[in-house]
Amino acid sequence: MSTEIQDASDTVVELIDVQKHFGELHVLKDINLSVARGEVVVVIGPSGSGKSTLCRTINRLEPIDSGQILVGGQALPAEGKQLAMLRAEVGMVFQSFNLFAHKTILDNVTLGPIKVRKTPTEQARAEAFELLDRVGIRNQADKLPAQLSGGQQQRAAIARALAMHPKLMLFDEPTSALDPEMINEVLDVMTDLAQSGMTMLVVTHEMGFARRVANRLIFMSDGEILERATPNEFFTNPQTDRAKDFLAKILQH
Amino acid sequence: METLTQYWEFVTQKKPDGTLLYDVLGAFWVNIQLTLWAGAVAMVLGTIILAMRISPIVSLRAVATFFTNIFRDIPLTVVMLIMWLVIWTQLGVSFGGKMSTDFYILAIIGLGLYHASFIAEALRSGVNTVPLGQAEAARAIGLTFMQSARMIVLPQAFRGAIAPIGNTIIALIKNTTVASVMGVATETSAVMSGMIETGANFVLLIFLTFAIGYVLIVIPVGMFFTWASRILAVKR
Repeated sequence: MSTEIQDASDTVVELIDVQKHFGELHVLKDINLSVARGEVVVVIGPSGSGKSTLCRTINRLEPIDSGQILVGGQALPAEGKQLAMLRAEVGMVFQSFNLFAHKTILDNVTLGPIKVRKTPTEQARAEAFELLDRVGIRNQADKLPAQLSGGQQQRAAIARALAMHPKLMLFDEPTSALDPEMINEVLDVMTDLAQSGMTMLVVTHEMGFARRVANRLIFMSDGEILERATPNEFFTNPQTDRAKDFLAKILQH
Repeated sequence: METLTQYWEFVTQKKPDGTLLYDVLGAFWVNIQLTLWAGAVAMVLGTIILAMRISPIVSLRAVATFFTNIFRDIPLTVVMLIMWLVIWTQLGVSFGGKMSTDFYILAIIGLGLYHASFIAEALRSGVNTVPLGQAEAARAIGLTFMQSARMIVLPQAFRGAIAPIGNTIIALIKNTTVASVMGVATETSAVMSGMIETGANFVLLIFLTFAIGYVLIVIPVGMFFTWASRILAVKR
């Protein structure tokens, strides 16, 4: 079953022959990938395989050496106002939450809409409360990030990204920095989001989530995409030795 | 005891027009004013230099680095001499009105330029307390470089830099005495020199007067910055 063929107008993000080096290290090799509207693509792979870098190139937190990245059919501009406008269309959730430490949860969520989208303050606040309600932390709105648990902070970070009404949400190992008992509350929010039709690219080590939620699974190793499959195909019948090896290691316990 | 009484008479002696010959308190007030003005110049300029220093534009970074190194490395006395001998005498820069006004303003500019380099460095240490992820998150929601600097990075950098900024301000308070080089005759070191010339037998007491005066000014300032750096520290 191939999901690679899509109507071009329905493609939210497309990477064409993307190459990137960190010095000598070739971290992204000939990456070709497209994500369709409403699709949930999960990227898995061993540490250092380039999956986080892949995620970060899509809103140009990492520049690329060559190739093309199209978001909504439009090439990523270089630094400047246009790039900022494009980033506003792409929500990003980080491993370490990165909530603005000196602002309350509510201000974290309303800052983008007010300053970038020029949404009136009252409307931005109302929407923020709705989003905080949706991720289950409405009662934490007036607190500072440091006063929240890791799971609550990550849910706030998801609300902050959603407040921009993004076309696409990028998740860069969103649960890797969390205590085990807080992982599920974040994955639940992400599952709800996927079910609501949000286009998502998720880098994660959570195989259960990948199996349940992903439409498509990408396996990366040493900067290359080695497998593209449905979760079921991948977990039951991996094609490459690297993938078999990876699955053997993580599914042992 | 007798010496103290004589010293008191010496300090409080009046000119024929009834004003104090040695206006010690007034002199301290001049230095405090110089501190406030030069401090404001240094803060504004230091912030601009810092913003240039962390900007993505290479030429701005180069200019800011050059400025910082120049003014941090030249002795303050030399900066003040340049303000006087080059800017005022040679180039004839004037702000109209009296010569003393020119000297006062040029002293403020010299002190401001010199301390701006230290403020910029203090702020840079503050920027280093702000995790890279804060700027990345700001960019990720679509803030421009200027917006993320102004709303996210600099506010946290200021709060992380209060202790080193405090040290710079304390140094500035004392460095305002170098304004005498720039011809500001009413400030403390100039007044002190004048007193020593005529009251050589009181030299120790004269030194003590000014030393204690500065200690009394600096101690509360130091306490304030220590308190503020604790209260305003960004919790992570």
